Amino acid sequence: MPTIVVEVMPKPELLDPAGKATAGALAKQGHSAFSAVRIGKRFELTVEGEVTDAVLAEAQRLAEEFLSNQVIEDVVAVKVA
Amino acid sequence: MPARIGVVTFPGSLDDRDAQRAVRLGGGEPVALWHGDHDLQGVDAIVLPGGFSYGDYLRCGAIAAHSPIMSEVIDAANKGMPVLGICNGFQILVESQLLPGGLIRNDHGDFVCRDQRLRVENASTAWTSGFTEGDEIVIPLKNGEGGYIATEETLDRLEGEGLVAFRYLDVNPNGSLRDIAGLTNELGNVVGLMPHPEHATEPGFGPDMPEAMRSGVDGLTFFQSAVEAVLARV
Repeated sequence: MPTIVVEVMPKPELLDPAGKATAGALAKQGHSAFSAVRIGKRFELTVEGEVTDAVLAEAQRLAEEFLSNQVIEDVVAVKVA
Repeated sequence: MPARIGVVTFPGSLDDRDAQRAVRLGGGEPVALWHGDHDLQGVDAIVLPGGFSYGDYLRCGAIAAHSPIMSEVIDAANKGMPVLGICNGFQILVESQLLPGGLIRNDHGDFVCRDQRLRVENASTAWTSGFTEGDEIVIPLKNGEGGYIATEETLDRLEGEGLVAFRYLDVNPNGSLRDIAGLTNELGNVVGLMPHPEHATEPGFGPDMPEAMRSGVDGLTFFQSAVEAVLARV
């Protein structure tokens, strides 16, 4: 069955404490090539049947209204896997 | 007849029983409400209690905000029924868009639990009318995701319209913008805050005060105010 992937990231201007802690851990392990980490979310929506334009539009709407909170997050991708 | 104040239990609510007890101590009759019902059982006011509804999955309060009873709660709130959201309840109010902005992980990254001093900025809401504007109170605070954020425009509007209900004093425990600890809506019937008034309602079980250990009962005024607000509406 087809899958729609939705990716959500915390807004760039907001502090991402989980990402910051991970970046700190990388630095402590000596991985100096990476200066920052930001952690977001990936949703995989399994679709019953075909991915029509209507289904994709519904996924986009859900991504913006439920899967993310637009006050603190951005939807960065809604795509067919 | 005493004011009947409903306390909604969601999967993962923790402080629902404490809130019921606080309602009783404040002079109201607590009514247990269930997240999966579409029935407010004729209550006069509603408390959304603290805890970790749905394990904070998706976002704190996000799934609870879409639970069956919330359609009735949102409808009642829009018609003026007093609604108080405490901690996770505040997160549910924000996710329900009954209050603006969002709550994110504490800026220092750690869970915080402390007796927190607050200033009452708006004493004309259904849940704060027993205070005087500028009162300083102490109630417990315990959260991991209590950092209040909103756009500059929203923050300016909240300040301009007097919708900041409580502000943190001494310490900003979670990085909340403009030290905002709690908000109210335009009607003054909906109030949300991260600290826990229900944990400061009975001598012996509240925050430490200069006079005596665990004697703080500043939270009782929230529930007494709501009882009065309900009686005034009838």
